[in-house]
Amino acid sequence: MKDMGTIAVFVIVVAAVALLSSSGVTLNFLMMALYAMLMAQAWNLLGGFGGQFSFGHALFFGSGAYVQAIAQLNGGINPWLALPLAVGAAAVVGAAIGALAFRYGLKGSYFALITLAFAEVFRILALSAPFTGGGVGLMLPLRRAASNLQFDSPRGYVLLALALVTLGLLVTAWLRRSRFGARLQAVRDNEDAAQALGIDPFRIKLVACVLSGAFMGAAGAFYVQVFQYIDPGIAFGPTTSIEALLGAIVGGMGTLWGPVLGALALQALSELTRNLFGALPGINMVIYGAVLVLIVMFMPRGIAGLGLSVRTAWKRRGGNDHG
Amino acid sequence: MAEPLLQVQGLSVAFGGLRAVDDVSLSVPRASLTALIGPNGAGKTTLFASISGFLKPDAGRVVFDGHDITGQAPHLNARAGMTRTFQIVQPFAAQTVRENIAVGAHLHIAGRKAALAEAEQVARRVGLAGQLDRPAAELTVAGRKRLELARALATRARLLLLDEVLAGLNPQEIADMIPVVRGIAAGGITVVMIEHVMQAVMNLAAHVWVLAQGRLIAQGSPAQVTRDRKVIEAYLGHGTAARLRNAVSP
Repeated sequence: MKDMGTIAVFVIVVAAVALLSSSGVTLNFLMMALYAMLMAQAWNLLGGFGGQFSFGHALFFGSGAYVQAIAQLNGGINPWLALPLAVGAAAVVGAAIGALAFRYGLKGSYFALITLAFAEVFRILALSAPFTGGGVGLMLPLRRAASNLQFDSPRGYVLLALALVTLGLLVTAWLRRSRFGARLQAVRDNEDAAQALGIDPFRIKLVACVLSGAFMGAAGAFYVQVFQYIDPGIAFGPTTSIEALLGAIVGGMGTLWGPVLGALALQALSELTRNLFGALPGINMVIYGAVLVLIVMFMPRGIAGLGLSVRTAWKRRGGNDHG
Repeated sequence: MAEPLLQVQGLSVAFGGLRAVDDVSLSVPRASLTALIGPNGAGKTTLFASISGFLKPDAGRVVFDGHDITGQAPHLNARAGMTRTFQIVQPFAAQTVRENIAVGAHLHIAGRKAALAEAEQVARRVGLAGQLDRPAAELTVAGRKRLELARALATRARLLLLDEVLAGLNPQEIADMIPVVRGIAAGGITVVMIEHVMQAVMNLAAHVWVLAQGRLIAQGSPAQVTRDRKVIEAYLGHGTAARLRNAVSP
């Protein structure tokens, strides 16, 4: 399978850079890029393949992050074991929100609004609930050891994020060649027609929401392990939601490599603006906004779509030469 | 005589004060090719929608193959063997013709490869074999109508409700499409078609129902109903007579 080949090349190249490079700057960049890819992939599963545009993916991110932190702080659970718990919790939140939104037929901007609203509700709850540490947030005790999922160098985190992104790539590749994926895309393109062909849109969208939530929860748990800190604003604030959808939209929705390319491009852009404008707070969000407008206007299919149209144009030309 | 495949009893659908479908009863024999005609706004598409589960009827029953399916969700009806096409074609535009048809085939085939192979076979039956790898968005209107048909066929439906598969086609395209529909019926699939193109109705249907303002006003063979006074009145007089003459001898 062609997808498997390109995924293997991606894994080998990234792993090689991670293992061979000793530059802290390179490794940090790679770590943050992979982390952004994971969020964009999560959003792409539901938004790109399912056509359900969430504006509140921080909901799943924060659920994963808090479960990862609380399981260690209050439950004394090893972070490696907390990770599946965090992913599971985010998946459950995905199921609950999906069931609620899709049962009542919320689509398009209504779905975007309900996800946004729930993320805000969770943020406010996290500010006031006792077990989340309120506005102060939660801090993990620093104890660097691979067994404690805290690595001495970014290299360890890069490899962990690479494993998660690879899983995301495999799931996305599976969507492209499975009955479930075909049905999900059918529901995205035309729900009535899909129903007439025997597809239950509710069930299909719900499963996509669970999958998407699980990956976003993994990103949240990853964040907690890297920074050993989480607060309601980071966990459930709009910045995370925007980062997730931006990566997927800029890269190309509903494609395998779009979220990877989009997140990489945005990460590079954010590094660049940081170097150019120094520590001007929030400047990267301003630039992101401008990029989003430009992409939506001139490249609605994203970076991956650009490659695609070049390829079809090439094929066409080839076809005409023969004919 | 065998039990009819589809029985509709006293079906009514109202939108506010408007009775779009008003106490309609009909029964569709197995392996038949029948047509539902009527002036614009007669309630034909609403009737299809309420039979196939897209609309919940306010009164009446729908019995498919001996089971009461009144108000059952469309995807369950499709699984039971009944599917509809749409007057305004609804392709999965981002996907190729092959992928579009495979979505239908997936109803009974789990494997991707097998579903794509089945899609190819179905495409051949409706004359789309040459366009399998084109995006559905690139098809002509005639191509899209064939695609609607192919997707529905791929679900291995036993009853097809075709909503104006000939609308918007030119005379040549209609002439090309008629054998396709006849071929489907000859294969043992029961077909009910909503159609305005009388040439096709006269050519294809063994039995015709006429709907006007939500009510069934006539039924019988195509020749019978086109002579029916109530039918001609429903189509607002002499305009219809002229149209029929044109349609019979194009």
